[in-house]
Amino acid sequence: MNTTEAALSTRGVRKTLPTPSRAGQFIAVMRAEWTKLWSVRSTLWSLLVTVAIIVGLGALFCAARVARANHLDPGELRNFDPTGFSLNGIFLAQLAVGVLGVLVISSEYATGQIRATFGATPQRTLVLAAKVVVFMAVVFVVGLVACFAAFFIGQSILSGTTKFPHASLGDPGVPRAVIGGATYLAVLGALGIGLGTILRRTAGAIAALVGLLLILPILVNFLPSPWNTDIGKYLPLSAGNNVFHTAKLSSTDLSLWVGFAVFCAYAIASLVIGAVLLTRRDA
Amino acid sequence: MCATGRNELWSAWVIEATGLSKRYGSTLAVDDLSFTVPDGRVTGFLGPNGAGKSTTMRLIVGLDAPSAGRITVNGRAYHDRRFPLHEVGALLEAKAIHPSRSARNHLRWLAQSNGISPRRVDEVLEQVGISAVARKRAGTFSLGMSQRLGIAACLLGDPEVLLLDEPVNGLDPEGIQWVRRLLRSLASEGRTVFVSSHLMSEMALTADHLIVIGKGRLIADASVEEVIAQASANHVKVVSPQAGALRPLIAAAGADAEPDGDDTLIITGLECREVGIMAANAGITLYELSPQEASLEEAFMEMTHDSAEYLAGPNATESTA
Repeated sequence: MNTTEAALSTRGVRKTLPTPSRAGQFIAVMRAEWTKLWSVRSTLWSLLVTVAIIVGLGALFCAARVARANHLDPGELRNFDPTGFSLNGIFLAQLAVGVLGVLVISSEYATGQIRATFGATPQRTLVLAAKVVVFMAVVFVVGLVACFAAFFIGQSILSGTTKFPHASLGDPGVPRAVIGGATYLAVLGALGIGLGTILRRTAGAIAALVGLLLILPILVNFLPSPWNTDIGKYLPLSAGNNVFHTAKLSSTDLSLWVGFAVFCAYAIASLVIGAVLLTRRDA
Repeated sequence: MCATGRNELWSAWVIEATGLSKRYGSTLAVDDLSFTVPDGRVTGFLGPNGAGKSTTMRLIVGLDAPSAGRITVNGRAYHDRRFPLHEVGALLEAKAIHPSRSARNHLRWLAQSNGISPRRVDEVLEQVGISAVARKRAGTFSLGMSQRLGIAACLLGDPEVLLLDEPVNGLDPEGIQWVRRLLRSLASEGRTVFVSSHLMSEMALTADHLIVIGKGRLIADASVEEVIAQASANHVKVVSPQAGALRPLIAAAGADAEPDGDDTLIITGLECREVGIMAANAGITLYELSPQEASLEEAFMEMTHDSAEYLAGPNATESTA
């Protein structure tokens, strides 16, 4: 709101109409999206569930492994990645984050509120961008808290045995993996928003998300070799999940950053398609 | 944008539709519609259900893109604004609110998105009379309360132009009265109010000017008085024991006389004065000679019965004709 425009109103009163810059408008819309996000109860609950799954499931996995420490075969002990192991809850928690991302936009279509949103801000791409920035920031911060908690709790449980190693934050690749977990979730949240924008319906977008993350890898696995691994490594989960591990999960996976770039490409592609549809379709 | 260049537009009309069309698949919802909404008054937007009123409203605020033509508010497209709520407030659907968000939070995000002071939120809640339930989830609201919340959202930016689509739907009689008074008082402050309804009687009480559409086409764009005059133009009722003798005289004058019972004629195309002179010259006794003024409701029926999307069957059509 750095410049103002005076317009003579019909009442003969000089009403000053705000003419904000693009940046000023973006900040205003981000504030509105922040309010929207936190003024429905499902947000807090979904994020609490996300934290509970990452921390709780990570601790449970670690405890189970320590309990079975004397019964593990050599294959399981070799290449053990204690950091990635303590963050395994992300595999389940990503669904909560992805669904919440879908709801960020699909709930607006379901309730008709999208018309109030676009009535207040006709620049639809800017609304989508504000949603993505606000949601990714929230998921990143929540994910960071959850991942650090899961890491420290998990390592303290794993240190209960000498059969296999545990990690500390100073070990190579560990900070990247823990922060990578939060980043992975934030990007996944963006993919959820992208799918929600394209499909507009909550159920359809969640189905697409689950299909892309969990069902497609199973189906691709049935393809004859080498197609299964050649195609499979480009699917979002196998491309993205190495970012929260310190050792490669599968020898056929893409290298860490190439894989993460492919994972991000899914989110970016969904948002670009979503933005194009958003401006072309009637609300 | 130059302020002085716009003054001219502001003082003439506020909303201007030019050759506006909107097609959804095979349905032409709005068909080459051109009209203007004058400033500082309540303009009623009338038409039977399915006439294209809501579509036009959506086209005004840019929710739907026109298939052809253009529609402007204060001389420019709605979507040219970054903070439109300061200039235009719209109530399109009362229930377009997330059910688990409180009324107050709904208004808060709307205000934030347009850089409106948070103080306005409490002011408009007070103004529409829902302060007491401001922290309740909107999903628990009755339709009437939702309408009030929708109107609060409309008023949030203190706009000069208000668009309301069927604002009295679902309101109790007290609520209807309240909306009428509110619209009148907003107009008396010099604001432009464009309000749609399928109820003629409602518009008769609130509107100064009418835009009547049917099947997406313009039927009338005139003042309330003109609409009535236009629809009831030159209807004259004559009651005479010699109605049979009067009829050919009227036909000879090029007008139309429809018998209505044995003694009564409904004449179209002549004034009372002309009929009276004609009868006197022919020595015909008249019991009654009166101009027929249609009610706004009848005027509306007359204008829109060809264009009503759904008719109640052939008998019903005849009775309105």
